[in-house]
Amino acid sequence: MLEIRNLHANIDGQEILRGLDLTINAGEVHSIMGPNGSGKSTLAQVLAGREEFEVTEGSITFFGQDLLEMGPDERAIAGIFLAFQYPVEIPGVRTTQFLKAAVNAIRKGRGEPEMDAMELVKLFREKTKLVEIDDELLKRNVNEGFSGGEKKRHEIFQMAVLEPKLCVLDETDSGLDIDALRIVSQGVNAMRDKGRAFLVITHYQRLLNYIVPDFVHVLVDGRIVRTGGKELALELEEKGYGWIESEAVLAR
Amino acid sequence: MTRLTETHMIRLSDFVAEPDRAGRPAWLNELARRAAARFASLGVPTRRQEEWRLTNVETLAQTEFRVAEETADVSAEDLAQFDIPGLAGSRIVFVNGICAPSLTSIESMPKGVMVLPLREAIASHGELVKAQLGKHADAEHDAFTALNTAMLGDGLFVFVPKGTVVDQPIHVLNVTAADEANGSGMSMTSPRNLIIIGENAQATIIEDYVALTDTAYFTNAVTEMVVGEHAHAVHYLLERESAKAINISTLRIDQKASSNFASHSVLLGGALVRNNIVPVLDGEHCESLLNGLYLTRGRQHVDNHMQVVHAKPNCDSRQFYKGVLSDESTAVFSGRIIVAKDAQKTDAKQSNANLLLTDKCRANTHPQLEIYADDVKCTHGATIGQVDENAVFYLRARGLSEAAARGMLIHAFAEESLERMTLEPIKTYLEGELFSRLPQGTTVRESMDI
Repeated sequence: MLEIRNLHANIDGQEILRGLDLTINAGEVHSIMGPNGSGKSTLAQVLAGREEFEVTEGSITFFGQDLLEMGPDERAIAGIFLAFQYPVEIPGVRTTQFLKAAVNAIRKGRGEPEMDAMELVKLFREKTKLVEIDDELLKRNVNEGFSGGEKKRHEIFQMAVLEPKLCVLDETDSGLDIDALRIVSQGVNAMRDKGRAFLVITHYQRLLNYIVPDFVHVLVDGRIVRTGGKELALELEEKGYGWIESEAVLAR
Repeated sequence: MTRLTETHMIRLSDFVAEPDRAGRPAWLNELARRAAARFASLGVPTRRQEEWRLTNVETLAQTEFRVAEETADVSAEDLAQFDIPGLAGSRIVFVNGICAPSLTSIESMPKGVMVLPLREAIASHGELVKAQLGKHADAEHDAFTALNTAMLGDGLFVFVPKGTVVDQPIHVLNVTAADEANGSGMSMTSPRNLIIIGENAQATIIEDYVALTDTAYFTNAVTEMVVGEHAHAVHYLLERESAKAINISTLRIDQKASSNFASHSVLLGGALVRNNIVPVLDGEHCESLLNGLYLTRGRQHVDNHMQVVHAKPNCDSRQFYKGVLSDESTAVFSGRIIVAKDAQKTDAKQSNANLLLTDKCRANTHPQLEIYADDVKCTHGATIGQVDENAVFYLRARGLSEAAARGMLIHAFAEESLERMTLEPIKTYLEGELFSRLPQGTTVRESMDI
């Protein structure tokens, strides 16, 4: 599904990703862990098409298409979804209007018929149950005045509504209490499917108790320095990132 | 009106009073003469004057003007393009400043309500008009009010007696059309409206400017409005002039105790536009709302000039103005709140927000507070910004094209101004105008419908 080869990316002239390789197949759940500043969020932003990040070297293909040639909206249409670490508040735009625009932009982009208000309301109702999100939230402006937990649940709700192929979760667990974490994880787990893949970016192992990954990658200094199974996350939790960082330095 | 055989040119730099008009009462000739003298002495404002520092009208001093002439060439079909679907009520049409009875329709009104051309009211209700006309708007210090009074021709006269509710809006449509003298000098109209809403009465006025010509012309309008005790009045200004127009509109409102007044201004057209609104809260417990939206493009210049006078204690005023600027347009917002010494417990709020869509447009915003009382709550806030790029990215990451994302965000910004309006047909019409100016307006509009 996703092939990242030797990816280098800069922001403001500073190199953050320095030769990252990653392959994700349909049905897999990958987790990327790493210390602060290792490039985890940069990877998420580059995958979603944030233009502030300049890709200087390497390639990303998604179902064989050159992702780097595509705008953020084209990527969404192709099936990439980023659950934002910091969801943006949009004053004056009601959540339902935003969702309608998103669903129909994507359907239109895929050559599918647009959904009318009735169908959408039905779809929203079905998906709100998944992430235990209050209907009232959808009547409010996008993310405006939402609590941290509501924002994150809203991201997962959007993911459920848009049914992407590749779900990138950028530190969705940061700042979440245990109940919200459980709800978010339930939503993600309900969406696990052989046609869908997940890239779960996190600083802490705890989330991975709920969303059990097939692969854990450790990102240090813009490169994946180690890959393992879910037990690698536990090892990191126990030992911290220090040992793996020093290993990475030695390996250079 | 008789067509002049020779077009009379007016140069504002050496302005002289017209001779007394025959058939006009002496008091009115006197009022016009005095105003002419004031204008001659005030002259066209220059940028050295604080109130006109950012809006350049100096070229008007040297422009050859003539009074726009009556023309019968305007038909109901010509005006169809300006229709606001679903808008009920009376419509009084003025073509080149003169009432066109064939295009006008006045609904039956509750007992005692008068809705008629000012010129007729002067003839039929002289004493009533004389007691109010020129008593509110400031022809002493404001040059364009003086000029309007000196040139005074026709306009709308509304009188709503005590305790009476006019529930349908009164729409005054001012149309500038090409006349026979088209091409020689710039035509000028001086609409003058006088609206008297009695105690505990209610009415809604829509002041609307459109054109059937694309040549340059000058509209210099003055509206005087008296809102009686416990009365409820709403005023809309729809400025939809054609591209080369100069429009200077001055609205002066005198509010009596416990009255409620709302002004909604929407400025869309014209090359040079100045919207002056001066509510005077001259009784306790008044409420005054000044809501405005300006959408500028090309090389338009739009200046909104508010002056809210809190003369008595315990009044609330709100100013909310928003602008979306594109291309090389410029906008000015100047909002002055004056709180008199005795006006304790004043609660005055002002905000002006500007969204700049290009790096060549410019917005100037000027909050000004003059507070002479010591127990008041006055706040002001002004912002000038661009579309939030984080929000654009967020929307694009959800599949919206860049244009649709921008369109949605611009709509969200402007929508707040429309939300405050209470007349649904006006709101719907303006929504349409807004969408038609947005990138990907149709897509944005479709997503709204849920």
